[in-house]
Amino acid sequence: MRLLLNGAERELPDGSSVADAIAALGAPTTGVAIAVDDDVVPRAEWATHELRDGASVEVLTAVQGG
Amino acid sequence: MADDPLVIAGREFGSRLVMGTGGASNLAVLERALIAAGTELTTVAMRRLDASGGTGVLDLLRRLGIEPLPNTAGCRTAAEAVRTARLAREALDTSWLKLEVIADERTLLPDPIELLDAAEQLVDDGFTVLPYTNDDPVLAAKLERAGCAAVMPLGSPIGTGLGIRNPHNIEMIVAAAGVPVILDAGIGTASDAALAMELGCDAVLLATAVTRAQDPERMAHAMRLAVEAGRHAALAGRIPQRHWAHASSPPVDKS
Repeated sequence: MRLLLNGAERELPDGSSVADAIAALGAPTTGVAIAVDDDVVPRAEWATHELRDGASVEVLTAVQGG
Repeated sequence: MADDPLVIAGREFGSRLVMGTGGASNLAVLERALIAAGTELTTVAMRRLDASGGTGVLDLLRRLGIEPLPNTAGCRTAAEAVRTARLAREALDTSWLKLEVIADERTLLPDPIELLDAAEQLVDDGFTVLPYTNDDPVLAAKLERAGCAAVMPLGSPIGTGLGIRNPHNIEMIVAAAGVPVILDAGIGTASDAALAMELGCDAVLLATAVTRAQDPERMAHAMRLAVEAGRHAALAGRIPQRHWAHASSPPVDKS
């Protein structure tokens, strides 16, 4: 299936979870938060939250600001 | 000022200088500035993770023992701010939030309607909300009534360094507030920070004035001293201003 991962198109195996998407991005698992189609996915649901084809996944972290 | 802590939502801070991390040229400069500022609470923004896997700012704050205060910088609507707040809570494991909902990029002034709406939603959702607000006593009172843990009026627009353009409004906000008032935005130099404290603010939040100064570490030190000096002056009870001179030495005996 195809995803929009932080704005870039990515191909992942069907049935991939949020945790799989994070791994595909090479992201650390601490200090980050995930939104799928604008909804926040709590950390506890990363492994079980299955992604649908065409989903938009945003991986955010803290940066210098404010 | 260990005997005069800043208390926000029941939590004590020894420093009354809240720092932002934006604008520093690199993390080493930022680290020296944060240490010189003596801050215990410092803002960070939430952005897409880049390919390098993070910016290191969180690790820096953790190493220095500084509490990160995520913000919703860049959000233009209540819905955006609420979503960013929930992401920040997930990423940083904190329910504290500097709430920012700005109206436009040119002024970066808060949108009062969206700000109050977001504050109400986030308080209901269990956040400790510290809203960046206009220097408007009416709006500040409404934010407090909505359950915000502090109110953070601007001195002048973000990054301008124009200081406190309406000191009387800040005094009115302080006089009416039952929660801490933190002067946020517009500070240009140390005297601005001292004035904020003299007007009765409980703390000062600044970033650009330090991070974009020619010597950020030295300016951070100056801000620390200014906040302390202003706090002491506010508590000491200044003399009344008077129109004519009033000799401080005894009169000369002319007999």
